[in-house]
Amino acid sequence: MQVSMTVNGQAVSGDVDPRTLLVHYLREDLRLTGTHVGCETSYCGACTVIVDGKAVKSCTMLTAQAEGAEITTIEGLAENGDLHPVQEGFWERHGLQCGFCTPGMILSAVTLLDENADPSEDEIRLGIEGNLCRCTGYHNIVKAIEYAGAKLRGEEPAPAEWEVNA
Amino acid sequence: MFPREFEYVAPSSLDEALGTLASNPGAKVMSGGMSLIPMMKLRLFSPELVVDIARIGGLDGIEDRGDHIAIGALVRHETTAASPLVQQHAAALASAAAWTGDRQVRARGTTCGALAHADIAADQPAAALALGATMVAASSGGTRDIAAADFFVDTLTSALEPNEILTEVRIPKSSGSAYDKLGRRGGHTDYAVAGAAAAVTMSDGTVSSAGVALTGVGTKPTIAAGSVEAIVGTDGSAEAIAGAVARATEGVTVLEDLYGSAEYKAHLAGVYVGRALEQAIAATG
Repeated sequence: MQVSMTVNGQAVSGDVDPRTLLVHYLREDLRLTGTHVGCETSYCGACTVIVDGKAVKSCTMLTAQAEGAEITTIEGLAENGDLHPVQEGFWERHGLQCGFCTPGMILSAVTLLDENADPSEDEIRLGIEGNLCRCTGYHNIVKAIEYAGAKLRGEEPAPAEWEVNA
Repeated sequence: MFPREFEYVAPSSLDEALGTLASNPGAKVMSGGMSLIPMMKLRLFSPELVVDIARIGGLDGIEDRGDHIAIGALVRHETTAASPLVQQHAAALASAAAWTGDRQVRARGTTCGALAHADIAADQPAAALALGATMVAASSGGTRDIAAADFFVDTLTSALEPNEILTEVRIPKSSGSAYDKLGRRGGHTDYAVAGAAAAVTMSDGTVSSAGVALTGVGTKPTIAAGSVEAIVGTDGSAEAIAGAVARATEGVTVLEDLYGSAEYKAHLAGVYVGRALEQAIAATG
């Protein structure tokens, strides 16, 4: 079947099987491999992309359901080579170790900060309940999102803990 | 991991969708797909035809209808959870929707979809039961109303016929309702290990009517008839609530599963019946 949508600002169209999951269309047809396939059971959130402004799990969405949608993947977040504040936060606050969960975690965080510009630590932790990380213990991911929130609000991010505690 | 092959249609009108269902016995309705797609990927279920109702107009509203509120087939969990109407008149359902899945799932999945899916440990069916909701099922032959108490038939089985679409759920307004649970991943996250919803009406300091329902404990979301009987006619005091807690699983099938023994689940059912009743009664004041 024919599908068309906008991915990272570019109009794309293709011919897919009805059973083609959005994550596979993005990775295999469009070669946007930053979106990861993790658990495949809609638990882990590694496949998270932004569809019409909402973070969704692209392993649990048919490509056909995305007909006409506006999609942002991790590849579409930086502008003109400048990292998005959430990407910068993960860089500055060591929000990743192996990096497998990172694209989904970042896109979840982007929508979380869209909905709530100044979330508490608890709200951040609840806001990423749909994204599993098996390396970090989440601590620095929370710090990365706090950093990004401050940047997006035009505030100076709190200094890194390792600088304060040095 | 991907589903077996199937045909896909996305009708733009309810009549077209109902006509497609009428002429295709192997068809399955999909709204958000948050339960259906994982089942199809695991190949627990392989419909020949998926009828995606997400592009039908007019099914995505929450309306105030005087004595009840109506939630359309395409209202997503996050919308139900954030709706001032639902929060005010059906607080149990607002909480249940807020604790369904995770943020990504709540952005796609629908309240009516969760009801129709009838998972044994889902949150919103318990709220619908306690609040005495009515399901509106449409087919090409017309519509019929199904009381929540008759809707949840068995594990993953509702009273919907294969040619029917749950177009709307109607919730009688309640000033005193609440839902609480233990999530499988702790707190309120994930499906319920066990949970309970309660809705009460107080008249002159007496509980004049009540609904209490359990989820997660057995083969389906179910009314806790013993608790209802115990609480109605009382003053809703801590002692009265303790009486309802003691009868939480009376006549209810409680089964062991991966998340706990039958004994543990029965204990939790009582704990959450107590908490839900306490909050519901407090809300009426």
